[in-house]
Amino acid sequence: MFQFDRQKICLSIGALLLVLLPLLASLAGEPYLVSLFSRILIYALAAASLDLILGYGGLVSLGHAAFFGIGAYVVGILSFHDFEESALIAWPFLIPGSDSALVAWPAAIFIAALLAVFVGALSLRTSGMHFIMITLAFAQMLYFFFVALEGYGGDDGLSLFSRNTLPALDLGDDTQFYYVCLTLLFAFLYLSARLVKSPFGMVIRGCRENEKRMQSLGFPTFRYKLLCFVIAGAAAGLAGALNANQVEYVSPGLMHWTRSGIILIMVILGGSGTLYGPVLGAAAFLLLEEVLSIYTEHWMLYFGPALILVVLFARHGLYGVLVGKEKRHG
Amino acid sequence: MAEPLLRIENLCKSFGAVIACRDLSLEVAEGEVHALIGPNGAGKTTLLNQIAGDLAPDSGRIYFNGQEITHLPLHRRAHLGLARSYQITSVFPNLSVAENLQLAIQAHQGHSFRFWRRGLSDPQLCAELELSLERVGLIKRADDLAGNLSHGEKKQLEVGMALACKPKLLLLDEPMAGMGPGGTVEMHKLILQLKRQMTVLLVEHDMDAIFALADRITVLIYGEVAASGTVDEIRNNPIVRQAYLGEEDEPC
Repeated sequence: MFQFDRQKICLSIGALLLVLLPLLASLAGEPYLVSLFSRILIYALAAASLDLILGYGGLVSLGHAAFFGIGAYVVGILSFHDFEESALIAWPFLIPGSDSALVAWPAAIFIAALLAVFVGALSLRTSGMHFIMITLAFAQMLYFFFVALEGYGGDDGLSLFSRNTLPALDLGDDTQFYYVCLTLLFAFLYLSARLVKSPFGMVIRGCRENEKRMQSLGFPTFRYKLLCFVIAGAAAGLAGALNANQVEYVSPGLMHWTRSGIILIMVILGGSGTLYGPVLGAAAFLLLEEVLSIYTEHWMLYFGPALILVVLFARHGLYGVLVGKEKRHG
Repeated sequence: MAEPLLRIENLCKSFGAVIACRDLSLEVAEGEVHALIGPNGAGKTTLLNQIAGDLAPDSGRIYFNGQEITHLPLHRRAHLGLARSYQITSVFPNLSVAENLQLAIQAHQGHSFRFWRRGLSDPQLCAELELSLERVGLIKRADDLAGNLSHGEKKQLEVGMALACKPKLLLLDEPMAGMGPGGTVEMHKLILQLKRQMTVLLVEHDMDAIFALADRITVLIYGEVAASGTVDEIRNNPIVRQAYLGEEDEPC
């Protein structure tokens, strides 16, 4: 019972800190913290979505940045056409650009999900090392596709004229944008927490343990894993859309396999299969990057050993250390 | 004669030069406990794997309940009413005992594309779970991780999961292997209970258990059916005595 309480306390404190952050930042006279933490929230969303397939499904994907990047590009391209007042697609029906978040974000989620259906349908036929390589290959293909796409800036990427618009809110305001990110992250975490305990989530966890056994029980495992992969991809697409808004710039670098690696590191650092751990992992990673890069350009040199220590001594990552090692979270 | 529940025709399977199934034909009638015996390497587990769908045969046909299932995937066979327990226990070690059984029950409640409510909020599932836990005597360990169970308890859970699928035909691969005497007695009782409820195809080395439980016995040697018949027929079959049970006057 104590463990359970400890987890609840940690989560409440974490949530409270995130909610009060803009206030704390202005009290401390460090308003740039709001945009740093917006970035953390966005990567937390991407990492939490990867945890769904990595921690619960046991599928190590090294191509998750593809969905992150495609979500960002959907926002970037729609905004580009809206600014140019040109058509995204002129035939057979006219699709104009848009700078509305209500159009661009659902579009980003939808396109990322579509991509995930395609990538998942092919890569989920393999497992283990092959799965890692195939997801990696798909992400790299997409990376080079966007590098070659001169119409949208190619290698140089695409600058947004401004952030997307939402009725009644000004996303250009960093504090308002922060709360939008926070709401979306909380919503995703809540949905995921329900999901992993639902019958569907049980099937996914069973597949991680022993897929053959799941089949002999009577589960057509492929379609369950595919749906899980698509949900994770769609959420990463949303994170990408938010990222495009935050930095007002998209580039192929978002899809590079090193970006997938960073998201993977966040999950492992925070604790895979813990759902909330990746949020912690994203925060730890980006804060360390922020602090260490003040002192040296080669901050990875110091970050590496820290990561090795976590992997060696904290099996469930930072989250495991925080809520107690014995806590089993799926 | 009525159509047997399981009919295997001319099944062949080889792994390179090793022949695990040599033109094997076998029938299992509805309602019987059919034991499969044979020395190590006779192809007993390979045969079970082919019936359940873990392995595809090189040639031959398998009929279940009048329908050909030779090329059906694992999960489709499970839905037709085939369930198995594995020789090397394959429970889900990082899920609790209750969750293991829950998955087995869920597998036969239609699809599991249900995302919102906890599985255990379903009263029907709860009732079945209770029953399953009781049947294999693991109620007290319901919340423990399956990986922390003793070997015997894992075997019980394994059989419990197969039973939760409410199969027509249950394939049991050495359910008593490696169990202590107490566990063997428990398993013995469990299989006796099943005897009236479903058809069982049992692979086992414990001859006492087989002679006590089985209605019919098939002896496999080098992937071939050496003999098949009632318990008494097998006990008195000279080929079987020589090849498997060991002739008493055989020089050592």
